Amino acid sequence: MPLTARLTPRQIIWSKALLWAICLAPLLRLVVLGLNGGLGANPIEFITRSTGTWTLVGLLATLAVTPLRNLSGLNWLIRFRRLLGLFAFFYACLHFTTYLWLDQFFDPSSIARDIIKRPFITVGFAAFILLIPLAATSRQHMMKKLGRNWQRLHRLVYVIAGLGIVHYWWLVKKDISQPLLYACVLAVLLVMRLPRLQHSLLARARDAAPRSCKPGCRE
Amino acid sequence: MRIIGQDDIPASEITPREVYLKRRQFMAGIAALAVSPAFAAAAPPVRGARLAGVKPGRFSTREAQTPYESVTTYNNFYEFGTGKFDPAENAHTLKTRPWTVSVEGEIKRPRLYDIDELLKLAPLEERVYRLRCVEGWSMVIPWVGFPLAELIRRVEPSGNARFVEFHTLHDPAQMPFQRSSVLDWPYVEGLRIDEANHPLTLLAVGLYGEVLPRQNGAPVRLVVPWKYGFKSAKSIVKIRFVEKPPLTAWMRAAPNEYGFFSNVNPKVDHPRWSQAKERRIGEFFKRDTLMFNGYADQVAHLYRGLDLRKFF
Ligand code: HEM
Repeated sequence: MPLTARLTPRQIIWSKALLWAICLAPLLRLVVLGLNGGLGANPIEFITRSTGTWTLVGLLATLAVTPLRNLSGLNWLIRFRRLLGLFAFFYACLHFTTYLWLDQFFDPSSIARDIIKRPFITVGFAAFILLIPLAATSRQHMMKKLGRNWQRLHRLVYVIAGLGIVHYWWLVKKDISQPLLYACVLAVLLVMRLPRLQHSLLARARDAAPRSCKPGCRE
Repeated sequence: MRIIGQDDIPASEITPREVYLKRRQFMAGIAALAVSPAFAAAAPPVRGARLAGVKPGRFSTREAQTPYESVTTYNNFYEFGTGKFDPAENAHTLKTRPWTVSVEGEIKRPRLYDIDELLKLAPLEERVYRLRCVEGWSMVIPWVGFPLAELIRRVEPSGNARFVEFHTLHDPAQMPFQRSSVLDWPYVEGLRIDEANHPLTLLAVGLYGEVLPRQNGAPVRLVVPWKYGFKSAKSIVKIRFVEKPPLTAWMRAAPNEYGFFSNVNPKVDHPRWSQAKERRIGEFFKRDTLMFNGYADQVAHLYRGLDLRKFF
């Protein structure tokens, strides 16, 4: 697929299909492993961790779209942001459902106690609750309806990703290498949004690749 | 995952090097996550040699035993990595012969035991014990070994021997994850002398009638069934009798989370895990955790008068 500022409708359909396939792969993997007895001795833990990991990866991938667009000048990248964000929410729902059902068996008092007493659960729960309004307002017409407030609301995704990392940090017993890795990625993505840096990146992208639509403009 | 074609600008030319490297690291992370146990189930484990002359021992539970496969592939043994599947994958670098265990400290007969000598110290018994991990899961494991008391009796502790300290091997060449600073190596655990002498406390050299697999703590480990699993030190090279309570590896790492006793107690929660229930590996529903892991009749008297919330 050529590296151009605009995609033909066919290319859009194909790349969306490809993205769907990539986003569904982690779920497919769980199903395949589950059917083959490949989830190890503690399948419920495996599923909880896998869906948690992919929620976080999904959130960071969503956050990476705009900086990558600014770096590359490929404006069509922005078209995939909503899909990525919704997949992050999809995996968050799977993750939360695994917890509610397979870990707690929908026992309300046990769940309430857990959310209050275990800091890493409190933080994960907050992240999940905050994701709901973002998923609910992801459609184009909501974007139009909310105007500037839409962007304000959706900046919450940084907070959510941050909470996700704290959640991970607090749940590991001692080895913080994985949460640290995710924290570094989030930090890089944040730094790339700093106004000065963003400005120079935009200028750079403009010089490197003249495009029909100026980098930085909205689709 | 690359959507762009080969004749495109390499990512390295339009991305600051640092960002590019970070991104590569991130991608490598994703790739590793995706591929780790990937889409394939693990190969069946290689079984150990059978131990001869093993007699059934006391205190065995009749509960269903956790399959060998689970016991040997789902382990916490940080010397080989912090993931549950890491020890089974990485422990092959451990050399279990020659192996010696130094027994020292406040005793009349300090001695360096060769492992093969230790194996013949007392008759080997099979003990089917419950194992409860601090993380909220449990197993039922048929261990092979003999009571630690057999060894203690032979070395004749002095009146000053109030605690016993256990040291795991410290050799990053054999235990690669000791190069990380996740814990302050070597792994040290400890028991009060009466706990060490308790007939339930086992020096284990095998499981399922076979030589102990490396990932389970070969060639010799401790098994203290009424305490959380981490109290049962693995791959022991030193047993020291001391006057003061040993500072264990987990107490050094997080003193507010791990106490010296670490008795299984459904009423005292760990900040990260509720200890009221546990998932028995292989079962779908959680079950209630029992006081002292179901060994209250045997051990509760050791802690009479002790506030178990304070001395967790
Ligand atoms: C946006 C929201 C969330 C994100 C990004 C997230 C992310 C994660 C991650 C990355 C892990 C660790 C995976 C690993 O160890 O490899 C994890 C584990 C876990 N999460 Fe979440 N999580 C979220 C929400 C929640 C919620 C709402 C709950 C429950 C109320 C929850 C409960 C758990 C549990 C129980 C574990 C496993 C802990 C263990 O195995 O010891 N998470 N999550």
